[in-house]
Amino acid sequence: MDPALKDLGDYIAAALPEEVTRVEDAYGELMLWTTPESLIKVLTFLRNDQNCQFRQVVDITAVDYPDREARFEVVYNLLSFKHNHRIRLKLATDEATPVPSAVLLFSVANWFEREVWDLFGVFFSDHPDLRRILTDYGFEGHPLRKDFPLTGYVEVRYDEDQKRVVYEPVSLVQEFRTFDFASPWEGILHLPGDEKAAAGEGEEGKA
Amino acid sequence: MAETQIKPLTLNFGPQHPAAHGVLRLVLELDGEVIERADPHIGLLHRGTEKLIEYKTYLQAVPYFDRLDYVSPMNQEHAFALAVEKLLGIEAPPRAQYIRVLYSEITRILNHLLNIATFALDVGAMTPILWAFEEREKLMEFYERASGARMHAAYFRPGGVHQDLPAGLLDDIAHFCGTFPKHIDDLETLLTDNRIFRQRTVDIGVVSAEEAFDWGFSGPTLRASGVPWDLRKAQPYDCYEALDFDIPIGKKGDCFDRYLVRIEEMRQCLRIMHQCIEQMPDGPVVVENHKVTPPRRGEMKRSMEALIHHFKLYTEGYHVPPGETYTAVEAPKGEFGVFLVSDGSNRPYRCKIRAPGFARLSAMDFLCKGHMLADSVAILGSIDIVFGEVDR
Repeated sequence: MDPALKDLGDYIAAALPEEVTRVEDAYGELMLWTTPESLIKVLTFLRNDQNCQFRQVVDITAVDYPDREARFEVVYNLLSFKHNHRIRLKLATDEATPVPSAVLLFSVANWFEREVWDLFGVFFSDHPDLRRILTDYGFEGHPLRKDFPLTGYVEVRYDEDQKRVVYEPVSLVQEFRTFDFASPWEGILHLPGDEKAAAGEGEEGKA
Repeated sequence: MAETQIKPLTLNFGPQHPAAHGVLRLVLELDGEVIERADPHIGLLHRGTEKLIEYKTYLQAVPYFDRLDYVSPMNQEHAFALAVEKLLGIEAPPRAQYIRVLYSEITRILNHLLNIATFALDVGAMTPILWAFEEREKLMEFYERASGARMHAAYFRPGGVHQDLPAGLLDDIAHFCGTFPKHIDDLETLLTDNRIFRQRTVDIGVVSAEEAFDWGFSGPTLRASGVPWDLRKAQPYDCYEALDFDIPIGKKGDCFDRYLVRIEEMRQCLRIMHQCIEQMPDGPVVVENHKVTPPRRGEMKRSMEALIHHFKLYTEGYHVPPGETYTAVEAPKGEFGVFLVSDGSNRPYRCKIRAPGFARLSAMDFLCKGHMLADSVAILGSIDIVFGEVDR
């Protein structure tokens, strides 16, 4: 990582020891971890501090890890024009825990947060206008969650009799195909039809 | 006298309106002819690109980037290619870098020509679009000769470009660079001093530098507000560091400045293209690591190993080490970023696409408030919106 960026990471961690829980180096990019409670404090510091000056939120997004207890990672990518730095701020949350909205600090956060709400179902508290944005009017579910199927649940077509567009459950002509590319030498522990190996293991278990 | 309540008129602009630049539904609340509130409804072109990419290998994800902002396809492939290269820890060979930069600049001209022409059409000038599309066609011919496709090229791949340029193409591009300045001048004679064009654009949709930061502006719209910020200079990628070019900036940040910045950027594009053609090095156009890039066809006829590599790459694809990166390029519309998360498998775990148009369109309410209805069309034209990338 660039030494200037490393110094910046140390500086922020020293200034906000309670709020910034972890500082990481991800492929030469500076990444900070925080919590939903202290998000606004960290963002305000990053925006206003002389050594930070992160005046623009470039992007707000989320990543879904269904296995984790707090399944969503909300990711803020910030850009400092003055110091020519990028920084990534992350926090973990789940379906029930709201994340405070950053709209008062950065106006552009309005739509980015609406998008995260729409696609992931992460709730932002104090957001002025938390409507769906990308999906259809009256859409149900949050499509970028890992447990949402790629094909979705409903499909639309124009109905000649009713003279309008109707919604119907998805019917696939061909079963949805996904291929598991895990190498058989690394991924599969029990080969189908290989009873001898299973029998050997069974004996071991008895012994 | 009894008080009368005046109810603001709500007007539905689009989604089927030629000045909406695609499928924008803009709900306007009007007081007479003055806009009180503008509420853009987007998502009518939402195709779930990010979800689809999660189910594709890294190579199969490349064509989706052409289809985001369909007037500047190669710049977006560039962002994705750079992001994957970063995670893989490889760098494209010099010739590939120069080809990519050359084509990125061709794409920039393609984009600005379309934007300026349609913007002019929106405010009442018919001729520019006819002239600009003629030049665009020539540029798309260069696209076709390099990649085989006029628009959806899928030419920039992680590790380099798909194929080397055919013989004679560089000479033709150099010839184009010689003739094109004349066309920019012609375009300017129609618009820059045109009284109607100026009346429609000067002092309309003014954005200060501070507001531009706040609303996530990037690219020409940010520079028009007087911020000398260009990722090609500030955070150079590929061979931009070795090239010499200027960054035009505006003074006021109105619609007219945004137009002027784009005109000057086209001239700078030509400078970069000239330098690329002159300095174009020889050598391979993709990294020679056949665990990532496919072997040449001739090799496959002779070598068993090459055949296996080819088969593995086009069925399973390559595995990318776990990690994440946010990589951005200066696309013609602004900062186009890819936030790529890999879990070590052959498919991206998450691929967030940061579209410059999305952030700008969210400022529509702020930009239009207090302006006349007709100005909303000029503002929309000047912030360069394409719905492929806004809706994704």
